[in-house]
Amino acid sequence: MEILMAIVVGILFTCAVYLMLSKSLLRIIIGTALLSHGAHLLILTVSGLKGGDAPLYGEHAASYVDPLPQALILTAIVISFGVTAFFLVLAYRAYQELGTDNVDQMRGTEGND
Amino acid sequence: MTLLHWAIISPFLFAILIPFLYKAMRQVHTGWFVLLLPVALFSYFIQFMPVTSDGKAIKETAEWMPSFDINFTAYVDGLGLLFALLITGIGSLVVLYSIYYLDKKREQLHNFYVYLMMFMGAMLGVVLSDNLIVLYMFWEFTSISSFLLIGYWYHRERSRYGALKSMLITVFGGLSMLGGFILLYLMGGTFSIRELISQSDLLMNEALFIPAMLLVLLGAFTKSAQFPFHIWLPDAMEAPTPVSAYLHSATMVKAGIYLVARMSPIFAETSLWLWLVGGFGIFTLFWGSFNAVKQTDLKAILAFSTVSQLGLIMSLLGVGAAALHYTHLDDNIYMVATLAAVFHLINHATFKGSLFMVAGIVDHETGTRDIRKLGGLMSFMPITFTIAIIGAFSMAGLPPFNGFLSKEMFFTGMVRVLEMDIFSLDTAGIIFPVLAWVGSVFTFIYSMILVFKTFTGEHQPEKLEKKPHEAPLGMLISPIILASLVVVFGFFPNILSERIIAPAVAAITPSLVEEGHEIKAHISFWHGPTPELFMTFGVILFGILLYHLLPKWKKVYSWRPERLSLNSIYDGVLVRGERAASSFTKGYMTGFIRSYLVYIFAFFIGIALFGLWYKGAFAVNTVELAPIGIYEVAIALLLVISSLTTLFAKSRLTSIISLGAAGYTVSLFFVLFRAPDLALTQLVIETVSVALFLLCFYHLPKMSRHETRVKFKIENAVIAVGVGIVVTLFAISSYSTKLFKSISSYYIENVYEVAHGKNMVNVILVDFRGFDTLFEICVLAIASLGIYSMIKLRLTRRKEG
Repeated sequence: MEILMAIVVGILFTCAVYLMLSKSLLRIIIGTALLSHGAHLLILTVSGLKGGDAPLYGEHAASYVDPLPQALILTAIVISFGVTAFFLVLAYRAYQELGTDNVDQMRGTEGND
Repeated sequence: MTLLHWAIISPFLFAILIPFLYKAMRQVHTGWFVLLLPVALFSYFIQFMPVTSDGKAIKETAEWMPSFDINFTAYVDGLGLLFALLITGIGSLVVLYSIYYLDKKREQLHNFYVYLMMFMGAMLGVVLSDNLIVLYMFWEFTSISSFLLIGYWYHRERSRYGALKSMLITVFGGLSMLGGFILLYLMGGTFSIRELISQSDLLMNEALFIPAMLLVLLGAFTKSAQFPFHIWLPDAMEAPTPVSAYLHSATMVKAGIYLVARMSPIFAETSLWLWLVGGFGIFTLFWGSFNAVKQTDLKAILAFSTVSQLGLIMSLLGVGAAALHYTHLDDNIYMVATLAAVFHLINHATFKGSLFMVAGIVDHETGTRDIRKLGGLMSFMPITFTIAIIGAFSMAGLPPFNGFLSKEMFFTGMVRVLEMDIFSLDTAGIIFPVLAWVGSVFTFIYSMILVFKTFTGEHQPEKLEKKPHEAPLGMLISPIILASLVVVFGFFPNILSERIIAPAVAAITPSLVEEGHEIKAHISFWHGPTPELFMTFGVILFGILLYHLLPKWKKVYSWRPERLSLNSIYDGVLVRGERAASSFTKGYMTGFIRSYLVYIFAFFIGIALFGLWYKGAFAVNTVELAPIGIYEVAIALLLVISSLTTLFAKSRLTSIISLGAAGYTVSLFFVLFRAPDLALTQLVIETVSVALFLLCFYHLPKMSRHETRVKFKIENAVIAVGVGIVVTLFAISSYSTKLFKSISSYYIENVYEVAHGKNMVNVILVDFRGFDTLFEICVLAIASLGIYSMIKLRLTRRKEG
């Protein structure tokens, strides 16, 4: 299972990097979003996907899945959301001010060369 | 800190006062205050003469950075004292001269004297420091103050060019010298020159010995304007003439000579030293004097002449090292070279100082230094003419002046090279006397040009800016003193020999004087009909002949094309270097974010794959793998398909929706892998994110709303696939090599007992690891504030259209 997940994560990273190398600002942000998905799944994968119950004490199960990576991922999700939201508004403002979403055309303003 | 230390740094301290004196007393020329210090220092240093002439030395240590073995150790022996007397003595005369040379109303005297005092202190520090790092510090101070003094008239383009050139070359040498010092420290374990000399026999066998020697010599050669680093000196003539007289003839350019002399006891036993110091010196002598003849500017002639004379002293120091191989001091005929080096060092300082001052007077009183415009000044300036004749004849090596004596000793030293049976000097050594003789002929020619083209011949008043007349007495005092020293040392050379020269020679060759021998420094005026005397006759004969035929053979100088000259090579290197650096930077700093991402990802792939391969870290462990279920496979397929759709979607809307699909699939994964909190959060956040994406999409400006597919680019694909493979390999490898168990059992056991909660993830977030959560809240707060201010704060309105 972990090997399968590793391959899935690899594909996510591939797509993310390819999108980040494109010209459109929107696609770059989509790429970063995919990249964070990949990273979250990666954390989960390398900590082991062995069976066990959800980490809730009340279940009285014989074994639980590891709660620590879940806490880490939760933190990471929230932070990457904050950053993505910021980026999106930044891109939106860039459209408004510069009139383009093509990063190749964003070459600094006049007198700033 | 003893009195000696205070004496060395006193010029620095005095420099602080100078601007205040300048501002407070405008009616008095600032130089008069400054004059007191070098005079006082000269009379202070002269008290050490009895001590050093007894063969003793004074050593005083003040702690600076003892844990790094860097202490301000002042060490006064014969060599150090000789230089200290030159620095303070000629310093006094130069300050006196500058009082009359620089106008107190038009010139920025406070700058001038601050720089000059900085230089004097630095120079004293160089020659009286025993610690290599302290020596280096003062050495760079001389470079900096020389830079400031050359660029004193900073509104002139040539001054700035000359200052930059001298700075680049001398600092280049200074840095390599520092490298040499550090290598010496690595070998000897100390920065003290004394202690390094005492273990010079051991240092000889170290592998770093030759590199250290080369680096130190590079420093000495650049500072002392040896071939091919002499090119900065002629351009440094843009400095005011007192500066040229002081720095660029008598003191700073001799710092390299000092360094070679000081390091001789450490390095001089090797043949490489003799050949490098001697060879570069003798070639510099020839090259400098050869080029001096073609110059038309008085100061340029003097600059090349300085280069040549420094080469002479350097070659003598190199050849003098041979004396170490013949241990019997009593009949050591090779000592004469070192003796001559020290003697000529003093002589050169006297006559070259006076000649520079003469050039300054001529410039000051006629408005030009070009010998093509000058002529017939003899009757207008009889005193200046007399000084010039004494200086130039001494420089040419004519009797009865001191230059004659040291030139004879120089020839003696060079002729005796042929008698040496070491280092193949008996065969290849013939170049030493030959180049020495040829160089001396040219020296004779330019000395004659200097005097006779300026002071005799036809007077051309129409070419001069001012009507020439004799200089004021104050300006003449210093050159008169120097010129009379030239005569005095010429007639009575032995007033120097026991007190000054012998202790200095003893400091250069300490191993020869260990057994209580004394250096016989008696300089005889008449030494009989020796080969040297005939060489001098030949110099005079050929010199007169060539001087008269000068117009006929002057074409020699135009044979060499201009672009092969050392100056154009230097300029070319600077220009090409700048161009290459700029085109290199422009080549990879494209300004496109894509390029930088490509560099970053390519480097990531490269370093990660190399690390995996180099450490043999890749491993696959299939024992502990979890079983694959049908749901997982289905969801994995869904995730792959949706992420590939974002890639190949033609419209952006499709991309956004498939990104949302991918996010929801991830939350399904969280459900499957038993992470309820993650699944919840992921669902909510994905929804909000997709809404935001759609908002962005909706606000796209009209012009770029035409939808295009992402153009397929093979290099992007290669990079992307590479990153994917690397991440996969790392995931598999890190899962397969678990070195220790997880710490999570602690959380699982204590979640209820200690923290009184049942949801382990939540307890970790707010209890066990609550700090993470606090700052994650901060991140969200900053992001929202940032978004708010980005939307609200609009300082620059978009231009219409």
